Amino acid sequence: MFSLLFKLFYTFFKIGVFTFGGGYAMIPLITEEVMKNNWVESTDVLLDFIAIAESTPGAFAINIATFIGFEQANVIGAIAATLGVVLPSFIIILIIAKAFTKFATNKYVIGFLAGVRPVVPGIIFSVGVAFILKSVFKIEGIEFGTFTLEWGSILILAVIFAISQKWKKVHPIYLVAISGVLGLLIYGVL
Amino acid sequence: MLKIFFAFFKIGLFTFGGGYSMIPLIHFYAVDKFKWIGEEEFIDIIAIAESTPGPIAINSATYVGYKTNGVKGSIAATVGVVLPSLMIIIIIAAFLMQFKDNQWVEYAFMGIRIGVSVMIFNAAIRIYKKLNKNILSYILIAFGFITIYFKLVPIVFVILIGGVIGIVSHVFIHKKEVNGDV
Repeated sequence: MFSLLFKLFYTFFKIGVFTFGGGYAMIPLITEEVMKNNWVESTDVLLDFIAIAESTPGAFAINIATFIGFEQANVIGAIAATLGVVLPSFIIILIIAKAFTKFATNKYVIGFLAGVRPVVPGIIFSVGVAFILKSVFKIEGIEFGTFTLEWGSILILAVIFAISQKWKKVHPIYLVAISGVLGLLIYGVL
Repeated sequence: MLKIFFAFFKIGLFTFGGGYSMIPLIHFYAVDKFKWIGEEEFIDIIAIAESTPGPIAINSATYVGYKTNGVKGSIAATVGVVLPSLMIIIIIAAFLMQFKDNQWVEYAFMGIRIGVSVMIFNAAIRIYKKLNKNILSYILIAFGFITIYFKLVPIVFVILIGGVIGIVSHVFIHKKEVNGDV
């Protein structure tokens, strides 16, 4: 039990340290770590967690950490994971607020971020593409040989993509709701 | 102290989708209503939050809390912004576990997984559009995509390599440009 709690804390601490650029930037690292530790049976379950974390109040990072921690080790697990993801920011900001207010204009910081910033969308893009291939065409990773063409899944993809292109500022909660209703109709009713 | 806690509790409770949707509410409480920090300091905080790792909610809560009441204030603000999520998600997770094997819930989530995948894809495009584009950034985008899609290198190393390349390029090769920026 204690080793699991420590693992949750440590893993989310690492995620907190290496996330640059907000919620979505965290998803690839969470996917990598959670799959490595076998904390979810498949990326499908992780996508469910991400959907819920996006449609509930509060910071995405806290929501997803709480969710995975709770699934693994109940309330104490939720606290361990959340503490882990919060602590790096907390410590770094305290140091900056106290002693290093010129942080954002330091040339090494600017250089580091100039290198990290382009890498981040590349990483998110790769995870987004992998998730779309998996959830729509059932293609796992680089196994392009086998795929399924299901009109229902392709329709949901097209509708959500069209909505998010037409209304760029549409809130994630609506996209989650619409895709959920479409899932119910297409897979359940039809 | 209690005021700081409750202000950030409300910020945590009333923002959906986290991160950037939180900024207006933080501005309302910290600058307009309670005057804990000034306008300029607020802009500094956002700049610092964007250039440090971790969620912007935690970064700004810690900073505002510290400026008003030292380490104690930063703890009050951070706990305040975290607590609503912690409570709400625990309730939802406990609730959801009972419906895990319900066929209808599974149908809905089959659709939602596609929706969320598109949202992640769109997030990548959105961040890409905000980038300063030059040859190096295109190389780094491709580097990030290829290494992670084919699982060649752990993400942590990909990020660090990107950062080191950035430092080498900006501090040592394009020295003058950086000096001009700063």
